[in-house]
Amino acid sequence: MTFTLSPRLTALSLKGIALLSLIGLSGCSSMGIEPWVKPYERQNLADPIMRLNRHPSASMHVAHVLEGRESARGAEGTGGGGCGCN
Amino acid sequence: MVVTNMLNKSVKLFAVLFIGIGSLTAQAAVLDPDRADMLYHSYEGGGMTIDGPSVMLRKKASESVAITAYYYMDSISSASVDVVSTASPYTEKRHEGQVGVEYLYDKTLMSLNLRQSNEDDYLAQSFSINVSQDTFGDLTNLNLGLSYGDNEIKRNGDDIFEEQSEQYRIRAGINQILTRNLTASFNVEAIADSGYLNNPYRTVRYVDNSIPSGVGYQAEVYPETRNSFAAKLSASYFLPYRAALFFHYRHFNDSWEITASDVEVGYRHPIGDSLELELKVRYYQQTQAEFYSDLFPYRDAQNYMARDKELSDFSDITYGLGITYMLPASMSFGDTRSEASLQWDYIDFQYNNFRNPNAEGGVGSEPFYGFSANVIRAFVSVYF
Repeated sequence: MTFTLSPRLTALSLKGIALLSLIGLSGCSSMGIEPWVKPYERQNLADPIMRLNRHPSASMHVAHVLEGRESARGAEGTGGGGCGCN
Repeated sequence: MVVTNMLNKSVKLFAVLFIGIGSLTAQAAVLDPDRADMLYHSYEGGGMTIDGPSVMLRKKASESVAITAYYYMDSISSASVDVVSTASPYTEKRHEGQVGVEYLYDKTLMSLNLRQSNEDDYLAQSFSINVSQDTFGDLTNLNLGLSYGDNEIKRNGDDIFEEQSEQYRIRAGINQILTRNLTASFNVEAIADSGYLNNPYRTVRYVDNSIPSGVGYQAEVYPETRNSFAAKLSASYFLPYRAALFFHYRHFNDSWEITASDVEVGYRHPIGDSLELELKVRYYQQTQAEFYSDLFPYRDAQNYMARDKELSDFSDITYGLGITYMLPASMSFGDTRSEASLQWDYIDFQYNNFRNPNAEGGVGSEPFYGFSANVIRAFVSVYF
């Protein structure tokens, strides 16, 4: 069997994320970039209607329904698990 | 070996970032509010009916610690196309429980979650660790997570049969505020499975001219490992008249040669002070697993064989509608705030190389299978 998933690609992606994370952690301000949306400018983003996971129980059910019927999994950003897939 | 190396590297990476995150000091963030959710869910389609309740409770023990508990039940009655052709319809129940704890230290949120799912013939246990960090003036949130799961698989009516499988997951993500109205996130997750990954009840079919029906059946054989990788990009946009637009795109591939992608657009629109309307459309498509075939040419035609429609080449489309009603104070308990929601999803599945074995047309020439499902969720959320 041939493997379409390249471990190198996975490793590179993880390293990319790690690099971005470390840049983020070290603070972009050290690179001369300042946070460009001030806390007092975030009232629209803080509106409850903007919450991706506004209904967590419902999101978990959506993920559960799909995981038994589709092969793709991961990176959903919500929980899941179990089968019920006959 | 490749998987082990990858996981070892991933664990080291996780440890470095964990320490990096832990060493930061910043202005404190806050935990999400306390809430309880009671939900009824129902799925009906393709000969299956599944419904049941779920309950979720989230409570802060202090300003920095929150406890979560979750219970979910599936009551399953199945006469799906796979079951009707080679086995008997059945009913069963699945119980799932989760407990979790969140700990907030400055701007670092750490969480541990334990999960168990129990069926007559399947026991799944897992734990997850996640850590997230607000940084860069709270414009950026970084998160990392690891999970491990152990599964015991049995087969009803066969006391000897007992198999196991394991799953490792590692994930990372970044959420970024881009403008005062736009946020985006990018998440990746690698999953490595090993052990018995088949469905113990399912069979493949093959051409057998020695019997009158012309078709024979034998047990499926899956590889004992599966490595997958998924990446998802999401964006949320606040529209000028107070509504929210959501976009998601995910790409997936795995060592079984399945490549999949899904795209979703969602819209949330408040109506007055007490109603919220939600609409969504989602499209999903995947290619088949390398060892999938609807009809094998003869018995034991390959080392690995599957005829699960979930491993075939197919697409599905979901249309979703939801409404949330914010209950007036007079209908809430004490000082709490409550909401009642109803969500309905219609999903249409179309298979491109899985034929309906119960249809006319002769073996291997039946029409392709397809079905639609209605999914309903009715729930009440109480914030206290």
